[in-house]
Amino acid sequence: MSRYDLAVIGAGPAGMGAAIEARARGLTVLVLDENPAPGGQVFRSAVACAHDPALGPEVAPGLPLIETFLGCGADYRPATTLWHLDPEEGVLSLAAAGVATEAVARRVILATGAQERPVPIPGWTLPGVMGAGAAQILLKTAGAVPTGRSVLAGQGPLAWLLAVQLARAGAAPLLLETRGTSVAAALARAGIGLLAGRGLLLKGLALMAEARRLGVRVMTGVRGLRAEGAGRVERVAWEGASAPCDTLLLHEGVIPSTHVSRAIGLDHAWDAAQGCWRPVTDAFGASSCPGVAVAGDGAGIGGWEAALAAGRLAGLDAARRLGVLEEAGFAAAVAGPLAARRAALALRPFLDALYAPPAAILSPDDATIACRCEEVTAGAIRQAARLGATGPNQMKAHLRCGMGPCQGRLCGPTVAGLIAEVHGLAPQEVPPLRPRAPYKPITVGALAGSAASTQQGVA
Amino acid sequence: MFRPRPDARPATVTVFVEGSEVTVPEGTSAAAAMLLAGLVAMRETAVSGAPRGPLCLMGVCFDCLAEIDGVASRQACMVPAAPGMRIARQRGAREALR
Repeated sequence: MSRYDLAVIGAGPAGMGAAIEARARGLTVLVLDENPAPGGQVFRSAVACAHDPALGPEVAPGLPLIETFLGCGADYRPATTLWHLDPEEGVLSLAAAGVATEAVARRVILATGAQERPVPIPGWTLPGVMGAGAAQILLKTAGAVPTGRSVLAGQGPLAWLLAVQLARAGAAPLLLETRGTSVAAALARAGIGLLAGRGLLLKGLALMAEARRLGVRVMTGVRGLRAEGAGRVERVAWEGASAPCDTLLLHEGVIPSTHVSRAIGLDHAWDAAQGCWRPVTDAFGASSCPGVAVAGDGAGIGGWEAALAAGRLAGLDAARRLGVLEEAGFAAAVAGPLAARRAALALRPFLDALYAPPAAILSPDDATIACRCEEVTAGAIRQAARLGATGPNQMKAHLRCGMGPCQGRLCGPTVAGLIAEVHGLAPQEVPPLRPRAPYKPITVGALAGSAASTQQGVA
Repeated sequence: MFRPRPDARPATVTVFVEGSEVTVPEGTSAAAAMLLAGLVAMRETAVSGAPRGPLCLMGVCFDCLAEIDGVASRQACMVPAAPGMRIARQRGAREALR
């Protein structure tokens, strides 16, 4: 079994930042990532799409970071899945190319990033309805854009970014903005960060101007979205209007990927501003479990620059805790990343207020499917909640929601929201879903192969 | 439906989607190759048999489960297209014994 000082889960900005700092202090570092290349979501396929005029400006900052990471001397294993983590012993159970292996690390940094917030509107299971992130992935990995009438519905910085990138690629969508907070109200919540974050704010305004210049039509104040069609999406409707639609892209912001942090039982706190759970960490990412840190968007949404800084901080903290960086050196080294993170997060209160998810997102119509895997409707979940299911873990026994292949990644927030609604609780008062290993499905063949190799090793 | 932009990303990897040849840029996932081959519904669900396409393409939703090189229930969005790869739609529940 291979042994390391530090294991980093995820090769996005946070994971790369952590690995670079830890390697610079002489730690042995394992970096696992499910994807075939480093970069995470924001710098996915960055090297391949650097010359694509639709994407180049946004991926450019990722290129030197990826180059530094690939040269830092970490044992980087792409296309590798973590399916179990023993946080006390530091044992990582991995699967790659159908083969299960194990590794041991003295410290583990979870840098698992974010996922898009589930948007359970009527008809969201129809083929042709996707997350906005999915369309961006198609653009980054394959250079592909939607044909026909594409509609981007939702809100947030990524929605505007994608609208611009699709427009640059000659596929400007209709943007249906669901934002329910006025700019004035968000400004009132923004505080002093608005001043420090003015650079980012100007970038955002420039992006919105570019969208309109490139022919993105925008409708604001959209409510009551639904996708309609026979066998695939053909039409998108909202209160007072509808439009023909071949591809519907939904986006209501992103939330931390807490699957692994929940499975290993870390303490989490409800983030009221972002409407999601986040693992509890200190300033350097240390979690409630002594050997585990969480860095980047997986510990709370802040964007790639904040994630990179958080990763650096967690990497430096690992070096300090493992005895290769003394306190004075640590204090000197963290000053830069702490300032960088502060600057990157300055505009966050404004963005969180402006793009607060609508309450309706946790309260879909009875007929709407909440659990896509097991095809369980919101009505069935409400009924089971009335029958006494107190949380998503009990709901699994009632209805199987959360037991399909996605293991509750997509229904978890909605199921908790519906239970809260029925029982008159706030969403954070409902006990959260506890994911179980394997975190991702693994074949019996892979497990059997692993056992055989272990026995051979002993013999 | 999605279309490639060969000027930005030349197609170099040829795979077979439901038996038909499609050539995609390097780095394209099997799920993206299915979309570029013109499939909107990539599978039928295990519970009701409803048509389904991918939602997230980043390994979260499991709605892109497909049969790749004869192995069922692969997350097609996490599998990079490789020359000669055979990608097929998955219909209904996976049969335990065949």
